[in-house]
Amino acid sequence: MPYAVELLNITKRFARTVANDEVTLKVQSGTIHALVGENGAGKTTLMETLYGLYQPDAGIIRIHEKEVSIKSPHDSIRNGIGMVHQHFMLVGPMTVLENIVLGAETTRYSLLDLKKTTAEISELGGRFSLTVPLNEKVENVGVGIQQRVEILKAIYRKADILVLDEPTAVLTPQESTQLFRILSELKDEGKTIVLITHKLSEVMAISDHVSVMRRGKIVGEVETASTSPEELAEMMVGRRILLRVEKNDRKAGDPVLSINNLSYIDKRGVNILNNVSLEVASGEILGIAGVEGNGQSQLVECITGLLKPTTGSMSVDGIQIAGLTPKEVFARGLAHVPEDRIKRGLVVEMDVAENLILGLHMQKEFGTGLAMNLKAIEENARFLITKYDIRPMNPDALARGLSGGNQQKVIIARELSRNAQVIVASQPTRGVDIGGIEFIHRTLVEARDAGKAILMISADLNEILSLSDRIAIMYGGQIVKIFPNNKVKESELGLYMTGSKRGSSQKASDG
Amino acid sequence: MADQTKRRHWLEHPATQNFLIPIFAVVLSFAVGAIFILIVGQNPFQVYSVLFSQTLGTSYGIGQLLFKTTPLIFAGLSVAICFKAGLFNIGAEGQLQIGAFMTALVGMYTVGVPAFLEIPLLILAGMIGGGIWGFIPGYLKAKTGAHEVINTIMLNFIAAALVSFFVTNLFNVPATVHTPEIAPTGKIPRFDTIFSSFSGSPVNFSILIAILAAVAVWYYVDKTRYGYELRVVGLNSKAAEYGGISVAKNIILSMTIGGAIAGLVGTNYVMGYKYYFEEGFSTGTGFMGIAVALLGNNNPFGVILAALLFGMLEYGGLVINTMVPKELVSILQAIVIIFVISSNKIFRKILVNFIKKRTLRVND
Ligand SMILES: Nc1ncnc2c1ncn2[C@@H]1O[C@H](COP(=O)(O)OP(=O)(O)OP(=O)(O)O)[C@@H](O)[C@H]1O
Ligand SMILES: [Mg+2]
Repeated sequence: MPYAVELLNITKRFARTVANDEVTLKVQSGTIHALVGENGAGKTTLMETLYGLYQPDAGIIRIHEKEVSIKSPHDSIRNGIGMVHQHFMLVGPMTVLENIVLGAETTRYSLLDLKKTTAEISELGGRFSLTVPLNEKVENVGVGIQQRVEILKAIYRKADILVLDEPTAVLTPQESTQLFRILSELKDEGKTIVLITHKLSEVMAISDHVSVMRRGKIVGEVETASTSPEELAEMMVGRRILLRVEKNDRKAGDPVLSINNLSYIDKRGVNILNNVSLEVASGEILGIAGVEGNGQSQLVECITGLLKPTTGSMSVDGIQIAGLTPKEVFARGLAHVPEDRIKRGLVVEMDVAENLILGLHMQKEFGTGLAMNLKAIEENARFLITKYDIRPMNPDALARGLSGGNQQKVIIARELSRNAQVIVASQPTRGVDIGGIEFIHRTLVEARDAGKAILMISADLNEILSLSDRIAIMYGGQIVKIFPNNKVKESELGLYMTGSKRGSSQKASDG
Repeated sequence: MADQTKRRHWLEHPATQNFLIPIFAVVLSFAVGAIFILIVGQNPFQVYSVLFSQTLGTSYGIGQLLFKTTPLIFAGLSVAICFKAGLFNIGAEGQLQIGAFMTALVGMYTVGVPAFLEIPLLILAGMIGGGIWGFIPGYLKAKTGAHEVINTIMLNFIAAALVSFFVTNLFNVPATVHTPEIAPTGKIPRFDTIFSSFSGSPVNFSILIAILAAVAVWYYVDKTRYGYELRVVGLNSKAAEYGGISVAKNIILSMTIGGAIAGLVGTNYVMGYKYYFEEGFSTGTGFMGIAVALLGNNNPFGVILAALLFGMLEYGGLVINTMVPKELVSILQAIVIIFVISSNKIFRKILVNFIKKRTLRVND
C-alpha cells in the first residue's frame, strides 16, 4: 500500500532537549496508525512538526510519496493534513458553524454564504455521523462536541490525513466509543489517521499499526494484530509494567471527610449540586464516577474552598470546613490535586522547586518572617524529584517545559508532601503515560494504606474500578448511587452515569 | 536522545538573552537615529560623539546624568513591581506628584526636627502620599474589578489638578507656584558638597535611596514569601487562588508598594535639589517609568541600567541642543522604546539561528 505520510530522519531540538532524534515514521494510506510512548517521548512534537507548527532541524517530509516543504499550518492544510490538538483551538464566543469555516469561508460577493456552507457542513456531518449543533456557541457545548467540531473543521478543509493528539483524554467512555466509530468511518472513506494516545486498549481496538516512541526515538513498529498491550507497554517504558493496580483489601477506619446535604446554586441560578452527602473514611478510596459536567468539578471546588456552597455542611475530622478559604481548608488537613493542572495546579512560568511549594510557601520550614528559606525549598525539591522520579531532575527547570506526565507528578508530589488527612484528587492521571499512571496509582494506594481518606474523581472508568474501595455515581448534581465495593460491571456503572437508572439517594456510610 | 543534557551554549541562557537583547535593540535604535540626524543635515558620528563625551566624559556630565536617572529609577521600579503582580501601573506620574508634594508639605511644617528624624520623616511622607495614590486603584481593582489602567490614568489627572490647586492657592510662596522651603534638616546633601568635581550639578545622595529601593524590590519580589505570592498572582491568578493566596490582597499590596516607590521621587527633587515643591517639576517621569521598566525587563537592576540610558538621553538632549533640534532626542528615545518592545522576538530568533550555526560548525 502507498504511504500517505513519510517522516524521514526528522530531528527537532529545543534549547536543551532533543525532542525528536532522527525519527522515521511511515504511515500507510487508508490506515489508522497509533503513536504511543511515555510522556515527553516526543509524540506531540513530531506531529506538530508535520503540521507545520515547528520547523525540523533536519529531515524530510513526504506526503503521498512527494517531498513537501511545510513551513506553517497553512502549507500542511494545503497538503491535506488536519490536526486535532489536545487543547482545542476553537473560538468560544463564536458559533460552531463559524468555527468550522473560520479561515476557509465560502463567500459570495465577499459575504459569508451561510446557506451553502450550512448545507455543505450538514452533508459532511451526516456522512460521518458527526452531528453538531451548528448555531450553538462553542463555549456552550461539551468537550465531546467541541472535538467533533475540530474534526469537522479539518475535514471541511479537505484533510485526508488526520492527526489526533490524545483525543480521548477529555472524553467520557461513551464519547470515546462514538469517536472511534467516526474514525472507522473516516478510514473506510480512505482517509489516513494518526492517533496519539496513552490508552493501550484504544490502540488495540482501533489501530492497524503502532509505532512506539521513547526518548525522542522510534523504538519499534508493529502490526496491531500481532502485539499485545503488555508488549507495547514494555516497549514504551523499557521494563515490564503492571497494567493493573495491586491493592489489598483493607478495612476502612472512621469517617474523616463528611459532607452533608451540600448544595450549590451558581450565579445564573442553576442548581449545580443538589443535597450531596458523602463520607470518606480513613484508609479508603472513594471513587466518584460520572459523565463530566454533572457537578463533579463544583463538588471538588466546594470542598476545597474555591467555591462557597449555597447550603450544607462539611467537616474534616469533625472540624467544619464549609465556607472557608482554600488556605484555611489546607490548614485543616486537606490536599487537592486539581483537575486542570495548567490552569490551577501549576504556575508554568515558575520553576519546579517553586511549584513544589505552592500553597505550602507560608509554612515555617520554607521561611520565617520575610525571607524564604531557599535552601530548604531546593532541598524539598530535590527530595521530591527523586522520590517521585520527576524529569528532568532539575529543580530550576521551568514547569512549562515539562511533559504532561511530569507536570502531574509535580502536583501529586506537592500535595502528598502536605501530609494531609484527606486527599481530594481530580482526574489524577489524565494525559499521563502508563508508567506514570502505574506510579500515581501506586502512590495513591500507599497513601490509602497509610490511613489517608481519599476522594477521587475520574472520568476514566478503568481507574475508578481498579482503585476505588467504594464507588459513588454522580448524575445531575446528585449522588445517585453508592456501591459498597468495586465489584461492579462497567455497564452497570454506565446505566447510572447516564441517568437511566437511579439508586435510592443514600449516605456514603450506609454502604 | 531526549533529556540528554548537552552543555548549553552561553548565549542560550535566558538571562544572557534578556541582557543582550535590549542592548542589541539600543544599538540598532542609535543606528536608526543616525538616519534622522543625517536628514537634519548633521554628521551622526559627530553628534553621537558629543552626546557621549558631554554626558559620560565629564564628571559634571555624569552628575547631570545621574540627577536625571534618579527619578527614572523610582518610576521604573514602581511600574516594574506592579508588572510582576500582573498589573499595569500607568499611574506613577500621579503617585510621584502626590508623594513629592507630601514630602514638601511635611517638610515646611517640621522646622526644628533634627536631621536623623526629619529625613526619614520626609521620605516616609512621600511614600505615604504615593502609596495612597497607588492604593486607590488597587483597592478598586480588587473589590470591583475596575481596570487599573483606566483608574490610574484618571488619578493622574486628579493628582495633577490637586497639586496645582494647592501650589497656586494654598501652600505657595506668594506670587510663585512653589511651596516654601522645607526644614533645612530635611535636605539631602548634594554630591558637590563632598566631591568638588561634581560642582554645579544637582546630583545628590537620593540616588543611593534609589539604588537601595532597587535592591529592596529585588529582594522582596525574588526572595521573600510575600514576593512569591505576588509573582504567583501575576503569573497565574487561578493557581494563586488554588494555593490559598489572596489575589485581592496582593493586587492592593503591589499597587500600594508601587505607589510608595513612585512617591520617593520627591527625595531627589524636593529634598535634594530645589528644597520645595514646584508645579510642573515632573515632565512625564512617571510615563517614562513604563519604558524604563520594559527596557529593564521588570528586573530592578535592569531598571537601573535602563534609567541610566534614559537619563543619559534626557541630559544628552540638552548638550546636543545646539547641533540638532531637541525634538530629535525625543525621537531617539521613542525609537529606543519601540525597538525594545518590538524586538524581543526578532532578536531572540536571530540569536537562536546564530547559536545553531555555531554549534553545527563546532560539531563538524
Ligand atoms: N516548546 C518547547 N520548548 C522546550 N521544550 C519542549 C517544548 N515542547 C516540548 N518540549 C520538550 O520536548 C520533549 C518532547 O515533548 P512532547 O510534548 O513532544 O512529548 P509527548 O510525547 O507529546 O508527551 P506527552 O505524552 O506528555 O504529551 C519533552 O522533553 C519536552 O519537555
Ligand atoms: Mg503530547
